[in-house]
Amino acid sequence: MNILAIDTSNQVMGIAILKDGLLAGEYTTNAKKNHSVRLMPAIDQLMKETEMTPKQLDQIVVAKGPGSYTGVRIGLTTAKTMGWALNIPVTGVSSLKALALQAQLTNAAICPFFDARRGLVYTGLYKNKDGTLTLEENEVNILFTEWLKKLADRGEPVVFLSPDIELHRPVITDYMKDLAIIPELVSHYPRAGYLAEAGAMEESEPVHALTPEYLRLVEAEAKWLEQQGKN
Amino acid sequence: MGETMTKNDVYILGIETSCDETAAAIVKNGTEVVSNVVASQIESHKRFGGVVPEVASRHHVEQITMVLEETFQQANMTAEEMDAITVTEGPGLVGALLVGVNTAKALAFAKHKPLIGVHHIAGHIYANRLVKEFRFPLLALVVSGGHTELIVMHEHGSFEVIGETRDDAAGEAYDKVARTLKLPYPGGPHMDRLAAEGEVNIDFPRAWLEDGSYDFSFSGLKSSVINTLHNAAQRKEILRDEDVAASFQASVVDVLAEKTYRAAQQYDVKQVIVAGGVAANKGLRKALNTKFADAKQELLIPPLELCTDNAAMIAAAGTVAYQQGHRAGWDLNANPSLDLERYGKRESKQ
Ligand SMILES: [Zn+2]
Repeated sequence: MNILAIDTSNQVMGIAILKDGLLAGEYTTNAKKNHSVRLMPAIDQLMKETEMTPKQLDQIVVAKGPGSYTGVRIGLTTAKTMGWALNIPVTGVSSLKALALQAQLTNAAICPFFDARRGLVYTGLYKNKDGTLTLEENEVNILFTEWLKKLADRGEPVVFLSPDIELHRPVITDYMKDLAIIPELVSHYPRAGYLAEAGAMEESEPVHALTPEYLRLVEAEAKWLEQQGKN
Repeated sequence: MGETMTKNDVYILGIETSCDETAAAIVKNGTEVVSNVVASQIESHKRFGGVVPEVASRHHVEQITMVLEETFQQANMTAEEMDAITVTEGPGLVGALLVGVNTAKALAFAKHKPLIGVHHIAGHIYANRLVKEFRFPLLALVVSGGHTELIVMHEHGSFEVIGETRDDAAGEAYDKVARTLKLPYPGGPHMDRLAAEGEVNIDFPRAWLEDGSYDFSFSGLKSSVINTLHNAAQRKEILRDEDVAASFQASVVDVLAEKTYRAAQQYDVKQVIVAGGVAANKGLRKALNTKFADAKQELLIPPLELCTDNAAMIAAAGTVAYQQGHRAGWDLNANPSLDLERYGKRESKQ
């Protein structure tokens, strides 16, 4: 089973290749640079280094969001098109779940999150249940303080994971006190190897039906819906 | 397809997502449409009264693989049979362009095919080559929601922009006036329809600009229409929408036809090509046909489905780029403000 995994949903760009189920190569950068320019050259290079050709791939796994709208689309478009062209399944995995996998061995609840500006975050709550990471609280786009209050009320320890952890460390400790577990810095960046592994165990959708998980409506659409409600 | 395919035939896939149409097409030898699929988003954008870029990008991702599949099915061909994958690189909405560009890269990578970026306006011009072979030098009038340009071509793949709009594009002026008249989106076709029923009885300005200039300006005209409507409303005068549309259209079309005619004579071209969404406008078609009735130039206006955004035009322009040796790297990016002249002068790399 050969898998190509792609994550361009946030600033971290990750690619991994599993060959016969084993990690053959992984590429991770954390740079404020253009994913569209860098993704395909990186895939090309990693494929060469792992001596893999597109035809040998059996599955593509992609982080389907939430995250940067454009970033999510670059990954998903690439994955869908490759999957369609090669006639192999494409599996979309939540970008938050991909991040939560960094702490999958803990028994504590895991809260991955991405900053979504103006005090908002994309987040959800995961927990390791008999060796599989399962969703405890649905993924949402929410005010972080509101979310933290909810987590504090659960009264159990929570591991926080986020590339934006430093921005939010004070408010987390403020709300969670000693229930907050914040690991060392490298754990806060998703790794495509984990994404590939998670994707191998998830169901893949028909490639045409696979769409990004934005967790947020386009502003114009939200306004339009509001208008419809009033009429 | 098997029997008719000879070794020298070139089959090019085109992908176009620069605005609100998700499109793919296969073109043979740069002159023949094999299949041409356009998934329009107009219905979705109607409720907003215009194209919302983020909504357009979202639709592109949802549609693109289905559009590709349909394109190959209609042609009864496979991606393996393509000589190259070509895609609109710009100009356009960046988020929308990115979907097409990344689709093209992924497909070219998966199938080991050459990848080529194409300029959207070069595409509009080359839509005409799907109707009739080019004869150089030729003059192209490109009129759309985003463009109003006069372009001289001395040979394939080279573009000299001799005139362009200094403010609004012709199509943009149409849309804005249509909105003032409270016509549904997209306004252009409604204006054209109303104009046909109206009388040219309001004297709107025509911006000729300096002597000998092939540039255009439509913002003054647009303001004049809006002021005229406003003043009439204050005086409780009633202007017929049909007459406003007819008078506005006469003003736009006069300038477009006259400047195109003058440029055609000065550059002594063999063909005059009309391209872009506004080329579908009946008023413009009529004015140009009249203007060029006795001219020595041949006037080419493509059928409606090739005027609006489509991917056959991208594949047609892409075929020339392919034959001239242009190849993009895996780092190909969307370029929302890609320059046409510079695109024509880019170095080919094999
Ligand atoms: Zn166009």
